[in-house]
Amino acid sequence: MADAVYGTAAVEDREAGIASRRRLISRIVIYGLLGLISIVYIVPFLVVFLNSFRTNIEIGANGLISLPQSFRLDAWPQAWSDFCIGGQCNGVARYFWNSVAMVIPATIISTALGAINGYILSKWKFPGSEIVFGCMLLGVFMPGQIALLPWAFTLGQIGLANSVYGLILVHCIQGLSFTTLFFRNYYVSIPDDLLKAARIDGAGFWRIFWKIMIPLSPPIIIVTVIWQFTGIWNEYLFGVVLNSGSNQPITAALVALSMSGTTVRTYDVMSAAVLIGALPPLLVYFFGGKYFVRGLTQGAIK
Amino acid sequence: MASLTIRNLRKSFGVVEVLKGVDLEANTGEFIALVGPSGCGKSTLLAMIAGLETVTSGEIYIGDRLVNSVQPKDRDIAMVFQSYALYPTMTVKENMAFGMESRGVPKAEQEKTIARVAALLQIEPFLKRKPGQLSGGQRQRVAMGRALVRDPALFLFDEPLSNLDAKLRVDMRTEIKKLHQRIGKTTIYVTHDQVEAMTLASRIAVMHQGEVQQFADPDTVYNRPANIFVAGFMGSPSMNFIDAEITSSGGAPAVNFPLSGGGVASLPLHNGVADRAQSKKVILGIRPEHLSRQSASNSGKQGFATMSAPVEVVEPTGAETMAVLKFGDREVVGRFSPDEAPRTGEDMPLAVDMTRACLFDPATTRLI
Amino acid sequence: MAMAGQAVSAGTSTWDRIKKWTPIFIIAPSILASFIYVFVFAGWTFYISLSDSTLLPSYGFKGFENYVSLWTNRRWSVAYNNLLFFSLFYVTISMAFGLLLAILIDQRIRAESFWRTIFLYPLAVSFIATGTVWQWLYNPSSGIQFLVNSWGWTDFQFALTSDRKNAIWAIIITGIWGSAGFSMALFLAGLRSVDPDIIKAAQIDGASWFRTYRKVILPTIGPIFIAVAVVLLQFAIKTFDLAVALTNSGPGISTTFPATYVYDFMFQRGEIGQGAAAAMMVLAALAIVLVPYSLYLVWRRRREARNG
Repeated sequence: MADAVYGTAAVEDREAGIASRRRLISRIVIYGLLGLISIVYIVPFLVVFLNSFRTNIEIGANGLISLPQSFRLDAWPQAWSDFCIGGQCNGVARYFWNSVAMVIPATIISTALGAINGYILSKWKFPGSEIVFGCMLLGVFMPGQIALLPWAFTLGQIGLANSVYGLILVHCIQGLSFTTLFFRNYYVSIPDDLLKAARIDGAGFWRIFWKIMIPLSPPIIIVTVIWQFTGIWNEYLFGVVLNSGSNQPITAALVALSMSGTTVRTYDVMSAAVLIGALPPLLVYFFGGKYFVRGLTQGAIK
Repeated sequence: MASLTIRNLRKSFGVVEVLKGVDLEANTGEFIALVGPSGCGKSTLLAMIAGLETVTSGEIYIGDRLVNSVQPKDRDIAMVFQSYALYPTMTVKENMAFGMESRGVPKAEQEKTIARVAALLQIEPFLKRKPGQLSGGQRQRVAMGRALVRDPALFLFDEPLSNLDAKLRVDMRTEIKKLHQRIGKTTIYVTHDQVEAMTLASRIAVMHQGEVQQFADPDTVYNRPANIFVAGFMGSPSMNFIDAEITSSGGAPAVNFPLSGGGVASLPLHNGVADRAQSKKVILGIRPEHLSRQSASNSGKQGFATMSAPVEVVEPTGAETMAVLKFGDREVVGRFSPDEAPRTGEDMPLAVDMTRACLFDPATTRLI
Repeated sequence: MAMAGQAVSAGTSTWDRIKKWTPIFIIAPSILASFIYVFVFAGWTFYISLSDSTLLPSYGFKGFENYVSLWTNRRWSVAYNNLLFFSLFYVTISMAFGLLLAILIDQRIRAESFWRTIFLYPLAVSFIATGTVWQWLYNPSSGIQFLVNSWGWTDFQFALTSDRKNAIWAIIITGIWGSAGFSMALFLAGLRSVDPDIIKAAQIDGASWFRTYRKVILPTIGPIFIAVAVVLLQFAIKTFDLAVALTNSGPGISTTFPATYVYDFMFQRGEIGQGAAAAMMVLAALAIVLVPYSLYLVWRRRREARNG
């Protein structure tokens, strides 16, 4: 009897041993693969980051991908205010501020409009509101190329050609589809009973919006703001076509900068410039990552 | 005086007619239950009384004011929702104050009203909490509190207990009844639970397919159901329906139906009901509790008929025992006290309380 | 009954009626803007594609001539062949990588959000910045080739961007690098939505880890595969920024894409009519992907509604 008990214990021990070894191997495989792939992901960022502190001579000698032998900060102020882009030697600062002046109002306006539109299309339906929503959805898929000429013409007519205000208008209208979609889908899941109760309590259209819907909206507001901010900041096509010279946003400046390297490439300064251009959305991503991902998945699977 | 009068009310969504001419009235202080299976139109009717749905045709009066096109907030009503519909971002107190703020009630009066209602419902400890931090029963109380601060002419309840678990539901049912007895406000209460309707209401409107099938006090609805639908819907287990034929052997009227053994059961009828029948064919309705085991006390009693039937299944529930019996090829449910309960397979001698039996016309399904 | 109907309208005050229209008044400008953006602008571009516009828009009607010359243009055939080739590899490899990453991350790993952050950060960076940096890495005299050569393997060649035949691969690789995290995020959301009881049932049935994924989990997230593929195809058709930043359609015209073709013809070569025709083709390509997809979504919703 006692033997039998010990016997099964030994078998269990052996099986447990095999199981734990198998588990260990699978863990090694999992973390190994993840580690390997993440190297591919981290290296490009690391290259730009480190090279912005190396001297250009050292980069020339040792290549882009090598451990830094030197450290200096000169590249950053140079990229910010002295570097020559398309004949103008004022750095990326001007273009950076253009992007800031464009992205903030465009994000705020398109998000606010999306909230009110989503509220109406989910809670104050009117005959044909579903069709209206369907038409607005089409805007999500419109390729920018289709709208280029009409925008160029329209902005010219209303006196906003080659101006940051023009780009704000473009991004507000282009973003309307997305923001409306986000808010509408979020508001649909808020129970109608809540609004009925509020109506019996005497609240009207605006009071329900401000007192009931908006207090429930912070998650979707954050998602939408992040989505709009990164999208507009990173946009290139409209920036390069509709604006020119010193009115272009940062993305257009970065392209001009890497094209203009006809002679020796100044990788140090260009690295700093690329980082400056990528920094705002990266910061948003690192601080609002959860909401960023939620926006991505929501934007994709309608 | 009537607090609520509804005349020939109709509602269509496109081509679908949800309400087909409803008439209803509630006297001041009355508790009216609207009961029926899902999709019968009872919730639509309530939403129309509240002003949340438009009226296709007909009239709704609250007091003596026609309110067909009056905004919900101006109808002098309060409503408790199935989902409670508490504003999730507001505290309990803010929830209760929201309506008063909308109506511009002075702050001091708001405070006083909230304190009074919170004491009445014993929700003072939660006033500063958000709805998400409350249990189902507590939320239910808050939802009622939000309605009570209004002091309306009419209380509307839309299946307020259906989100609670079984035990809590019974407790809250009692509380609602107590509350109504205390404040005496006219109440319209929608439910699909016939027990709730029976226990709470002073009058019940049984609805089916957009029509009120019967509007009467609970006793009448249960004992003299207007038609087969009402008879089958009210009561659990449901009333048994048996196809039968009226005969008169020697002047004494009776209903006959075939038994599984090959014989025929013949149960005597009373009160001249046989004379009112349009045809010989009828449907006999017997509630489960009106079947009992034959005994010295009931077998010779006036109004009781005797027969016997084989027992198929026995389901004891503790307080009482249900049994499925065979009347011919019909399954019939009987409700017995445990000490007179049958055994499976037994050919049970039965006493049927024919004074409580109902006869229905098979053509119209109406009570004869 | 007619009387009752009149009573209804008589009881409605003017103020109530105005308030009833509030939502429509408020949303009207947005509807108008969207309508102009979606229909008027598309129609406008379509009209220009039928016109004799060259350097500036003009409205002389010329029928489908622009389309004929577009489809006989060698550069356009490079562009759409590139798009087909690019789409095939970019979509399938991005999905495969994304699925692999999602499955790895779904194994109850430590510091999950740390790993996710690494694979998703390219999505926060513009394709312009990504393309610029990868262009440096592809540069044989300073990037990857230089690194491997310096390790002693002096024959190693990796100069995709200066090689006509293989430059498209530079865009494919960088595109995958930028988008795999996106498909990972979608797949992960799908994997997490699978009912855990199903997985437990499969384990009790003795299914191996691999079989559980292949036979039980992945089939239940079938719709996610289609969604990911559709979104990535959309990205592919709109590919513009990446091609500009990485190769600027070069060497020669070897990495021209339909979207860069539009830009070139409209704004570099002064052939607005043909550029507009190419833009309509981009729109048509999107429609080819999205119309069947939306029909599929409608069909699926109906089926779900029917199955209750």
